[in-house]
Amino acid sequence: MEKFQTLRSGVVPLPIENVDTDQIIPARFLKSTTREGFGQNLFADWRYQPDGQPKADFVLNNPRYQGQILLAGKNFGCGSSREHAAWALYDAGFKVVISSYFADIFRGNALNTGLLPLQVSDEVLQGLFRQIELEPETQLVVDLPSQTLSIPVWDAAIGFELDAYKKECLINGYDDIDYLVSQRDAITTYEQLRKWVF
Amino acid sequence: MAKSLFDKIWDAHVVKAIPGGLEVFYIDRHLIHEVTSPQAFDELQERGLPLSRPKQILATADHNVPTRNQHLPIQDPLSRSQVDKLTENCAKFGVELFGLGHQYQGIVHVIGPELGVTQPGMTIVCGDSHTSTHGAFGAIAFGIGTSQVTQVMASQCLLISRPKRMRITVDGELRPGVTAKDIILYIIAQLGTGGATGYFVEYAGSAIRSLSMEGRMTVCNMSIEMGARGGLIAPDATTFNYLKGRPYAPQGERWEQAVAYWQTLYSEEGAEFESELTFDAAAIAPMITYGTNPGMGIALNSSIPVLGTDGEAASFNKSLAYMGFKPGESLLGKEINYVFIGSCTNSRIEDLRAVAAYVKGKHKAQHVEAIIVPGSKLVEKQAIEEGLDQVLAEAGFELREPGCSACLAMNDDKIPAGAYCVSTSNRNFEGRQGPGARTLLASPLVAAITAVEGRIVDITQYVN
Ligand code: SF4
Repeated sequence: MEKFQTLRSGVVPLPIENVDTDQIIPARFLKSTTREGFGQNLFADWRYQPDGQPKADFVLNNPRYQGQILLAGKNFGCGSSREHAAWALYDAGFKVVISSYFADIFRGNALNTGLLPLQVSDEVLQGLFRQIELEPETQLVVDLPSQTLSIPVWDAAIGFELDAYKKECLINGYDDIDYLVSQRDAITTYEQLRKWVF
Repeated sequence: MAKSLFDKIWDAHVVKAIPGGLEVFYIDRHLIHEVTSPQAFDELQERGLPLSRPKQILATADHNVPTRNQHLPIQDPLSRSQVDKLTENCAKFGVELFGLGHQYQGIVHVIGPELGVTQPGMTIVCGDSHTSTHGAFGAIAFGIGTSQVTQVMASQCLLISRPKRMRITVDGELRPGVTAKDIILYIIAQLGTGGATGYFVEYAGSAIRSLSMEGRMTVCNMSIEMGARGGLIAPDATTFNYLKGRPYAPQGERWEQAVAYWQTLYSEEGAEFESELTFDAAAIAPMITYGTNPGMGIALNSSIPVLGTDGEAASFNKSLAYMGFKPGESLLGKEINYVFIGSCTNSRIEDLRAVAAYVKGKHKAQHVEAIIVPGSKLVEKQAIEEGLDQVLAEAGFELREPGCSACLAMNDDKIPAGAYCVSTSNRNFEGRQGPGARTLLASPLVAAITAVEGRIVDITQYVN
């Protein structure tokens, strides 16, 4: 996993609620056996015509909006557990998704991919959508060590929550596997205590 | 302190709590399939790690498999390579695989329970969000992403935090024609797609207790559709009778010990829940969805809501535009082109029986294509033994071979763009059943009646 410290970037707005993982990456693109290459099919059915031509009205095809931050409506990432959704966003260049609400599995998958799910209040989210609509070139700064989202044009900074362990992992590029493997003795002891289940 | 069912099972699986709230959480059973496991096996090998507990893993091929001619090689090269990769990985790592052609092959959430692999008190995970199905047995079961699949493979544990507890009680008697599917569609319509995010739901109450195991699985299956991490139901005599004698269930003396333990698994009087909701079973009508998320459901004989100009309006209108419906209109009389009976929500023997019982001696409408995809080889076998295949064939329904099929349309079973499909599956997302497909979720009974009538009708007139 890549390290994440701070990011200053433009924003791509997607003001739709309940964006499910079938929209982020439709099932027919899940046939790969590797983690790479999902970015080209990110939001495939919203982004391309059936013949593969880009749909001009979809935000990813609009050159006015550029950046590594996706600003998304409430309850982002609901539906399937496919981590491919987080991989697709990451592969397409996104490092942060801002929403007022994330589905549980998506949040976990994003963190395990190195993609930061940054939760803000509904009011802040709506404010950001308005700001980006007015000034598409607006830049935001995400600072992970201090857990702040700064909005320079507003001269404002907002704190955001993140589990302390997960924060360490992102900052250092660690993942859970190393930690879990290091717990092998504790796990074996546990197994001996409740062996009867099997 | 009085403990909830959820806490009893959760506490029994904490290997270690680490400061900050995360816990090393032990997993008893890990189910895998071809779509979300290949990257995990690769990761394991890249890190030079062994597979921690191969005996606690069970594999099947379901998402990608064709539902016709399963004895022939899979035509789609990408699907074939995914299924082949699973076969290779299982052979290499010593994992039991119920692949194509195996007598136990089927949808992962159908075979676990029917083989007795799923048992009360267990923790069960799978790289699939509908793992919540297994909660019907009084297990903590939930879907995980591929990185977590790797974690379980490497350590048999996950590093997670404890969700909050919600109890949903449904008391009273169900009206005729109202099934488990209607209960859960009703609950999701009340809570919305994010209404239970962060919670693990226990379903309780007399209406839940009176459900068969198949019905309970249907309810737990769709817990994720309101954002819940999972759902579970306390095990009881219905659960034990279902499990007894199943191939992987405990036998003999071990059975007795198991039942004695399972009987301790219930929420004690006064147990704490962060959220408690109660519904009246008699208020639930046969349901159908009209939009593009499972929370957009209504009673069949009511109308699509008219939404004002609040925050959700844009998403609501987008959804209705996709479906070709208008705010405030009724769905009754709408012509339907496809009926799909299948998926881990409703593809068990009881579902097939309900459909067969209704369509016996009738015939589907000419313009409707009706396919039934059993959840497993065992369901298929039993359907044939009971003669359901004949009944269905005479009614013009096509009984296919087991798999996920048109639930997510990864194989050839796709609904064409613009067509309407009444489906017993769990998701009506845009394009879920194929690009442009329009899905209306409903129970097997509603699906069967719709297939015969060729349009959406108020089924209450048909079941009385
Ligand atoms: S039937 Fe549908 S929901 Fe169930 S496991 Fe298969 S794809 Fe997922």
